[in-house]
Amino acid sequence: MAISFEHVSYTYQAGTPMATSAVSDVSFTVPDHGYLAIIGHTGSGKSTLIQQLNALLKPTAGEITVDDFTVTPKTTNAALKLLRRHVGMVFQFPENQLFEETVRQDIAFGPKNFGMGETDANKLADAMLQTVGLDSSYAERSPFELSGGQMRRVAIAGVLAMRPKVLVLDEPTAGLDPQGRQEMMTLFERLHREQGLAIVLVTHQMDDVVQYAEQVAVMREGKLVKFGTPTEVFSSESWLRENQLDMPQAAQVAQRLANRGLTWDALPLTADQLADQLAARWPREGGAHV
Amino acid sequence: MSNFIFGRYLPLNSIVHRLDPRAKLLLSFCYIVLVFMANNPASYLIIIAFTLGSILASKISLGFFLKGIRPLIWLIVFTVVLQLLFSPAGGHVYFHWAFVNITQFGLVNSGYIFIRFLLIIMMSTLLTLSTQPLDIATGLASLMKPLRWVRVPVDTLAMMLSIALRFVPTLMDEANKIMNAQRARGVDFGEGGLLKQAKSLIPLMVPLFMSAFNRAEDLSTAMEARGYQDSEHRSQYRILTWQRRDTITWIIFVVAFAAILATRRW
Repeated sequence: MAISFEHVSYTYQAGTPMATSAVSDVSFTVPDHGYLAIIGHTGSGKSTLIQQLNALLKPTAGEITVDDFTVTPKTTNAALKLLRRHVGMVFQFPENQLFEETVRQDIAFGPKNFGMGETDANKLADAMLQTVGLDSSYAERSPFELSGGQMRRVAIAGVLAMRPKVLVLDEPTAGLDPQGRQEMMTLFERLHREQGLAIVLVTHQMDDVVQYAEQVAVMREGKLVKFGTPTEVFSSESWLRENQLDMPQAAQVAQRLANRGLTWDALPLTADQLADQLAARWPREGGAHV
Repeated sequence: MSNFIFGRYLPLNSIVHRLDPRAKLLLSFCYIVLVFMANNPASYLIIIAFTLGSILASKISLGFFLKGIRPLIWLIVFTVVLQLLFSPAGGHVYFHWAFVNITQFGLVNSGYIFIRFLLIIMMSTLLTLSTQPLDIATGLASLMKPLRWVRVPVDTLAMMLSIALRFVPTLMDEANKIMNAQRARGVDFGEGGLLKQAKSLIPLMVPLFMSAFNRAEDLSTAMEARGYQDSEHRSQYRILTWQRRDTITWIIFVVAFAAILATRRW
């Protein structure tokens, strides 16, 4: 499922006095089974960009290719249903989309819309419940009596149940506690690694970006201002600050150490890299146990 | 959702936008009376001129008004056809079958009804396009003030109205988000037979009501936390002041009114 954007632009309410350009002339390519993170300040066009991935918004100019599907401004809605099945969308606060009487029915809702039979869909729902880390006792409960974090898991299971090949995540960890955040990100990482799911992640958590993403797109005022690997993107702190973005926490610590005279071969970006590099230069006297 | 013009505000800077909302509200009301006073070509010409003049002064393109009429077109056609077919006898009879009469009287009348509809819709569209919902609420509250003497809870009503108006765009946004999320799960809104369309509303309405109730609860908690009390006289952030332009607008309107009274057939 390679994804490519070619000179994509999107204008809201085109042709009225309220017309506002949200995305302009964006081009990039993500390879099969890639993991792309999209970062940028609030209002930089990230959400508009990802809604084009399954054609909830069609570009007002340019062309988007997802695998065999091509979306242009002229593409008709009928041609898009299959694309929507292949691109799973987890919106911000996805727990707001739950509506069924039981968790199982809600997860099975997507597959049934795409033509799966009741029994198969229910079986799939139970499997997906396991995937997101909830046991089968939840299947018969009402989604509205669960906790916020559990509701979010159910909503994500509902998207995964459509068996998408690309998973688009819009700030999936917003409002979760640190442990919940970690569990959620590990889940996506596992799906990416084990099932080859391509992932597009919109986030403000730079730590997650350097930890998981293979490619990073930086958006600013609707334009793609940088595209590359995390190492490339996070190489210059001053450039990041100009674009109102933070360094990852480990890199901030490393930077402070550098200000005090420590030199790095390559600036560590994740906590693991930082620990490894520090451990390597620690004098190994008295059998240090790290 | 986005081509629904009626009830939307279009931020522009024109004399119509800057008018006192009370002046505009009262004017729109009196305008309707005026529309029903007109009953011959000359008086209709005056009122059409007045309407087009107001639209011109608002700097809003005529296209928006035509769009505003579109959702109501079937109501208009239905009324006009009723008027055409079932008018009382009068003038030349063009067609007669059972109780259906197409007469000269009916023809002229249905033409007038058509124009009346158009004019009233255009003027009320102008009111909403050029006035922010909150200003309309403040204006209405201010106009309702005399009702306090008969123990109508005007302040509470005004608060309810402005909260309701305030949350229209929020709920529209919310509805849009939920629709997107369900579309991504394979729901086709507005497609298929009536039953299928009605069914596709469930995944929209249930989450929308859930979030509306949650929001209402949060809002009431927040209001109480800041000391809101019902039926307390409160001062206002937006204070309306009657300006010279409001007086001038009203003078123009009164002149138009007088002209119509002078030209109409009594």
